[in-house]
Amino acid sequence: MNGRLFRRGLRDGVPIALGYMAVAFTLGIAAENIGMDALQSFYMSFGMLASAGEYAAILLIGSAAGVLEIIVTTFIINLRYFLMSCSLSQKIKKDVPIWKRMLLAWFVTDELFGISSAVEGDLDPVYTYGAAIVAVAGWCAGTVLGVVAGDILPPSLSSAMGVSLYGMFLAIIIPPAGKSRFMAGLIVTAMAASFLFTRMPVLSEIPEGFRIIILTVLIAGAAAFIKPIEEEA
Amino acid sequence: MHGKQVYGALTIMILTIYAIRVTPLLIFRKEIKNRWIRSFLYYVPYVTLAVMTFPAILGATSSVWSGMIALVVGILAALISGDLFTVAICACVAVFLSEMIIL
Repeated sequence: MNGRLFRRGLRDGVPIALGYMAVAFTLGIAAENIGMDALQSFYMSFGMLASAGEYAAILLIGSAAGVLEIIVTTFIINLRYFLMSCSLSQKIKKDVPIWKRMLLAWFVTDELFGISSAVEGDLDPVYTYGAAIVAVAGWCAGTVLGVVAGDILPPSLSSAMGVSLYGMFLAIIIPPAGKSRFMAGLIVTAMAASFLFTRMPVLSEIPEGFRIIILTVLIAGAAAFIKPIEEEA
Repeated sequence: MHGKQVYGALTIMILTIYAIRVTPLLIFRKEIKNRWIRSFLYYVPYVTLAVMTFPAILGATSSVWSGMIALVVGILAALISGDLFTVAICACVAVFLSEMIIL
């Protein structure tokens, strides 16, 4: 029973790994540019599993930042994962032991969170673990390849691979929007607001991590007020 | 930074990011009763992923146009199939083919 779920996770991990390879590849090139070696980059990618978070990490290391600056910057840039873990804490099966929750926490990336939220009913983290094994392998391999061989991937291929992650996001948010007008409105609103925030003066200066948090809290908060979910009997 | 300092800095970052991710999963182990919070957390993934997808998808490829095509193809594939793997691959192929034509 769990084996089937695990295998489904492995399969759903493939498009994530594809996209991760492309993104991590550019990350590896950036790491190499500031003098990080393959092992350091591997350690970073394996431990952090975060795109913007790792770009910040490279910048911080490149500028020889102090401990406080490192902690504060890492905290701010990655704060959205807090929100995602809150959401997963209610989605995960109630009888899952603590060590499994602690393992799941390591895998709370945008994409693994996305597919874990999309499973029907409660989440058995075995599914996430399956996807994570494939995705993390792609993420780490991409980073190391970027460090040691930054020029082997033709741009046309990395461009096509990189969009895989957005394809997955669409696969998660569009089907519910096709079934419910409220969800469709919610997603259009979120996208429109996100667009405005990147184009408007002042608002466009808000860093991406904060933009995601602010808009999620405002829009999901309003949606919860307008249309609270049905209570189970 | 020297080798040891790099590993030290990375370890601090790894611990910080893990703390952010693990704290809610350890604190909220019971079902939250408040209906607004439950609804809010239910909507969080959809809003977050929508905000992250647009307009970022337009800048993710070599040209805005291939990004636009990926968006349209991705939406159509999601409506027709809804399968994660299929939709992701459709978007990739759409970008690859359209960039062959327009670039």
